[in-house]
Amino acid sequence: MSAPGRTLAIETSPHLASGASVDTIMRNVVYALLPVTCWAVYLFGLSALLVLVTAVLSCVLTEHLLCRAAGRPTSVRDWSVVITGLLYGLTLPPALPLWMVATGGVIGVALGKSLFGGLGYNAFNPALVGRVFLQAAFPTAMTTWYPAQLSGRFTELPAAVLTFPFAKPDFDGVTAATPLAQMKFDQVATPAGELLLGTTAGSTGETGALLILAGGAWLVARNMMNWRIPAAIFATVAACSALLHWAYPAQYPGPVFMLFSGGLMLGAVFMATDMVASPITRRGVVLYGVLIGALVVVIRLWGGMPEGVMYAILLGNAASPHIDNLVRPRVFGTSRGRAQ
Amino acid sequence: MRSTTDSAGFAHGVHPPMHKDETAGAPIRQFPFAPVMVVPLAQHFGRPSRAIVREGQEVQRGQCLAEADGEVSVATHAPASGVVQRIDLVPGIAGRMVPGIYLKPFPGSTQEVAAGPACDLDTASPEEIIAAIQRAGIVGLGGAAFPTHVKLRFPPDKPVDTLVINGVECEPYLTTDHRVMLEQRDDVFTGIRYLMKATGVARAIVGVEANKADVARALADALPADLPVEIGVLPVKYPQGAEKMLLKALLDREVPSGGLPLDVGAVVVNVATTAEIGRLLPRGQGIQERVITITGPAVKKKGNYRIPIGTPLRFALEYVGVEDDLGQVFLGGPMMGQSLPSLDIPITKGTSGFVAFRRDQALQQRTEYPCINCGYCVDACPLFLNPARLGLLAQNRRFADMAADYHLMDCFECGSCSYVCPAHIPLVQRFRGAKSFLRKVEAAG
Repeated sequence: MSAPGRTLAIETSPHLASGASVDTIMRNVVYALLPVTCWAVYLFGLSALLVLVTAVLSCVLTEHLLCRAAGRPTSVRDWSVVITGLLYGLTLPPALPLWMVATGGVIGVALGKSLFGGLGYNAFNPALVGRVFLQAAFPTAMTTWYPAQLSGRFTELPAAVLTFPFAKPDFDGVTAATPLAQMKFDQVATPAGELLLGTTAGSTGETGALLILAGGAWLVARNMMNWRIPAAIFATVAACSALLHWAYPAQYPGPVFMLFSGGLMLGAVFMATDMVASPITRRGVVLYGVLIGALVVVIRLWGGMPEGVMYAILLGNAASPHIDNLVRPRVFGTSRGRAQ
Repeated sequence: MRSTTDSAGFAHGVHPPMHKDETAGAPIRQFPFAPVMVVPLAQHFGRPSRAIVREGQEVQRGQCLAEADGEVSVATHAPASGVVQRIDLVPGIAGRMVPGIYLKPFPGSTQEVAAGPACDLDTASPEEIIAAIQRAGIVGLGGAAFPTHVKLRFPPDKPVDTLVINGVECEPYLTTDHRVMLEQRDDVFTGIRYLMKATGVARAIVGVEANKADVARALADALPADLPVEIGVLPVKYPQGAEKMLLKALLDREVPSGGLPLDVGAVVVNVATTAEIGRLLPRGQGIQERVITITGPAVKKKGNYRIPIGTPLRFALEYVGVEDDLGQVFLGGPMMGQSLPSLDIPITKGTSGFVAFRRDQALQQRTEYPCINCGYCVDACPLFLNPARLGLLAQNRRFADMAADYHLMDCFECGSCSYVCPAHIPLVQRFRGAKSFLRKVEAAG
């Protein structure tokens, strides 16, 4: 034997690793979003495809260039910014002018992620930071919806999509109201079957409830998503709306409508579960989910807007570090969470 | 089969690949003597033993080379019949030189083991048994090397009702305890009798994991009718061999933070230690060899060996053969074992095995990501600590907050958090650094 150990490596224990990796988790989230993304393109056609591509490209490029500017190696290879771009695109109206899409993407990644220090340090879900900016800056464009399954959707592009920056977009008259808006302003309920399949007007990717749930279930099975968060949100929304609907059936919609309309599915499954911006403890995430669910109900039913999932999640994000400080697990061999 | 109870286990923990099949079926084989044996005087926790031989003196295998120096100390015995070459500094595990004895075995000797007065189970008093255990140089052979007799002398205000024999061996790769329980059943039972008499405890329970079902069966089948021993079979999970986890799993008792098994009425003794007590005390001998597993992807003749204490690791690895791309050698298992800077250190009482990895198995090359708050570590920590938060605090050098608010000092460095971390953050390494900083601050007053 030739003098073994001349070059022994020194490492601290443990010397084994489970093989889990941040980029693997992130890549799997992208995979889980692909079915609902494809469905969105099928439902809304060419314009949705352009919105999604623009959203992803603007987010990825922003992160890449900001890393360059800061003199750091680019972090786009960890795939997290691809999730941000995809989620951001899926929350936008399918015919939003592309220059707005790009602006929101830059703002979301720059202010929502890079400014905080990049992956792991963002207090808020960056996709929602981008969207909340657009909602404030361009409220009309952000609430102008196109019906799903228009006949010419794969060959024609709505004029508004290619609006020149800062010009007034031309929405050409085929717009439609979302189920939430119909409920809020006209007291018209959309059939549950349409809500499940997503053949209604709405944001690009928020309408395919079944595909969103399937993607989430796949991630949960791979231990890459905390199922307690959507479960707590759904339970809270269902319980609150059931109670209100039972007490005042004419005024308030029932739990099925509340669960499957608007951005709740996409938000609860894919955005509230952003690991970085949600609590880390088991009891913490439940509290966080209950908070988000309650806020959704409050904003939707008593707020000025038909939808409130975005604000509910951002407020939940803000509360998340405090929730982790508040509910600490009991340490083994102690009666309380804190050191004595 | 009787006396086998299935217990629920403990919360959290991880499931690393165990690799025990590679050596679990290999019977214990006797290792040859090295040309020169290296016997450190501090192979145990506590004060080093005091040499009572001089350079040039001829000694018999099993003869006492050094006596216990005080209560928390044990004797050290000659691993071979030979001549004391030098009493000098010898290579220690941490890379430093430590006091020890170089012993040159006689090549032609019969290597008969010296025996002192036997400690008779029926006539010896509890105190005599405890003293005999100290004289025999017995320490925890699971790796901690804590003097066993110290654990057995507990204060009267701590009522102890259960003796727990730790045969869990939760570290991947190691099969030392597995083979000892199969091949030295009677020694284990005799050891239990000595320990029960020494402590006055009426009940004993042997904890093993379900991957040692053959052991559980064998022990239960051979259990003497008059021995009140249960065999507790636990679901396989790391780190079940840690005292706190084992007591929770077997007895559903939770050792208080900063406390000892005594605080919940239990004494825990490793099964290989128990077997050595059962083997040595009736013969009046001291410990001069032990069973270790030498295994891992870079080892050719993987197996379990009865090896003289003081055998240099280099000699041991030459004997079993290693692959050319040997990259790392761990003292103990890969989860808590230390990676060794050199092969010059000797096998000591606390050495439960060596695991050798190939060069491409090093974890160093992995990309480190920022913490993404995934919570895997929180779900892995068997003590319900928050490793993610602790890691962040360590990064910001907030060591005092780590201890005051997040129970840093309870962490026993099992490595479960680092094992699962997808960001590849060296959490345990950070915790060690923080602890050592706090200890230095405390020592400085």
